[in-house]
Amino acid sequence: MEKLLEEFSLGLFFWQAVLFIALVFLLKKFAWKPILDSVNDREEGIKRALDSAEKAKLEMQNLQADNEKLIKEARAEREAMLKEARDIKNKMIDDAKEEAREEAGKLIAQAQASIETEKKAAITELKSQVANLSIEIAEKVVRDELSNKDKQVKLVESMLGEATLN
Amino acid sequence: MRRKISLKPITLLLLLITFVSYGAEGGSSSESGTDKETEIKEYIQHHLQDSYDFTLFSWTTDSGEHKYFGFPLPVIIWDNGLKVFSSSKFHHGEAVAEVGGNYYKVHHSKIYKVDGLNGEIIEDADHHATNEKPLDFSITKNVTMIMMVFLIMFFMFKKMASAYQKNRNLPKGMGRLLEPIVLYIRDDIARPNIGEKNYKRYMSYLLTVFFFVWIVNLFGLTPIGMNVTNNIAVTFCLAIITYLITTFTAKKDYWKHIFWMPGVPVPMKIILAPIELLGTFIKPFSLMIRLYANITAGHIVMMSLIGMMFIFKNWIGTPLSFALAFVIGILELLVAALQAYIFTMLSALYFGSAVEEHDHEAH
Amino acid sequence: MEIPAIVGAGLVVIGAGIGIGKIGGSAMEAIARQPEATGKIQTAMLIAAALIEGIGFAALFAV
Repeated sequence: MEKLLEEFSLGLFFWQAVLFIALVFLLKKFAWKPILDSVNDREEGIKRALDSAEKAKLEMQNLQADNEKLIKEARAEREAMLKEARDIKNKMIDDAKEEAREEAGKLIAQAQASIETEKKAAITELKSQVANLSIEIAEKVVRDELSNKDKQVKLVESMLGEATLN
Repeated sequence: MRRKISLKPITLLLLLITFVSYGAEGGSSSESGTDKETEIKEYIQHHLQDSYDFTLFSWTTDSGEHKYFGFPLPVIIWDNGLKVFSSSKFHHGEAVAEVGGNYYKVHHSKIYKVDGLNGEIIEDADHHATNEKPLDFSITKNVTMIMMVFLIMFFMFKKMASAYQKNRNLPKGMGRLLEPIVLYIRDDIARPNIGEKNYKRYMSYLLTVFFFVWIVNLFGLTPIGMNVTNNIAVTFCLAIITYLITTFTAKKDYWKHIFWMPGVPVPMKIILAPIELLGTFIKPFSLMIRLYANITAGHIVMMSLIGMMFIFKNWIGTPLSFALAFVIGILELLVAALQAYIFTMLSALYFGSAVEEHDHEAH
Repeated sequence: MEIPAIVGAGLVVIGAGIGIGKIGGSAMEAIARQPEATGKIQTAMLIAAALIEGIGFAALFAV
């Protein structure tokens, strides 16, 4: 202890104090402050860059999700449209079929009706013909009767037979 | 540690290791072994002391004349007026300097006033000089080195700082080496010990003290032969600055914990107060002693091992002491950084305790 | 017979050495157990060792 006190040099203490304190203040102004500020700036910059990268990544993911959603929607829409088209097509076909069937039915009915009319007309004609024939036959019979009775009967009979066959 | 010394061969050895490769003749004078031992002891003691001139090495010629290689430094003393003169007047402590009618002599690296040109230092029974001591503000060897380190640090870090501005906040050259250290001090010493809120105020001091102590310690290991941190005045100065910063930036809680420790019974508070108060002085005191003692001890061990080479002077002892000195030298490199780290670390710890805000419910 | 003060200082140094050794040993164990806390353990170790070292030096210089 005594040796330490003896060794203590006031001059050295004085110079050390002056120089060291001056050094602290000089370095504070010219070195530590700019260095630490720069390092801080840089660290902030890195942090910010990382943050924005993270944000960009998130945005990207959002965008991707959006895209996927859009694609899905589009696909659904397309599906729906196709379905609708198919439905319409089917309906149209069905409608056409129905119409055709109706038309055909109508045509058939018309045909049947006309056939019926024709038939009726034919029958009427036949009837009138039969009547005419009958009159002719009757005429002939009457003429024959007038000449030969036997022959007349025979003719009527044969003619009647023919008529029934018709 | 209280041995007195001056051995020229060792200077020569330092020279041999670093500057030139001669000096093998260093210890070849025909002194007996004990003489050599005393000489080595004196040399080590001399090396540990400050000196008024900057001597890189010295030797003794065959005719017994002392030769010195170096340059004198200005001596500034206050003795009824400021007196400035060159240390060459002392002739390396061998002569009495006459300045303005007063006579001064160097004794154990201190300037004493003597009666005349042939004036002697009068010693008391404890070998303490009783002569009058003028106030001494000389630019000694250590002051020169402090100035050198001052300039080196100032320009080195200024350059580093300006590189950041020019280089988009990126370090360049030396800065790449120094930046991790600066960041280490900030992130691993200041932040955890002082706290996120307050650490910025102390950064300048912590960084300066770390680099100052480190660089000065490293210079102490070079053969220039300076050893600033083994002067108690230097470490005292650093410790007192730490103490003053701690005291003047301390918050209410710090004083409260010293004088009226919360959470303990009143009689204990009264006992604790003086102990805590004493603790505040012991802390910087231990800082001072630790740095001083580590560096001094390191230098003594190094010098002794080097000196042993000249005592042994055979094929076993000399290489062995050389190897030992080499290993210790590497260890000293570590110690140089470690002591700077511990000084900074403990300073930060003390600052941290000064600004800490306690949660009183927790006690 | 008077015991020289340097013997006392030696005793203190032995004590300090044992103390620092114990701190170092415990720190090693702690690091082995929790390698992730290496930094904190080292810091605490250095502080404790430095404090003990201070006592050792105080004893040496008191002589």
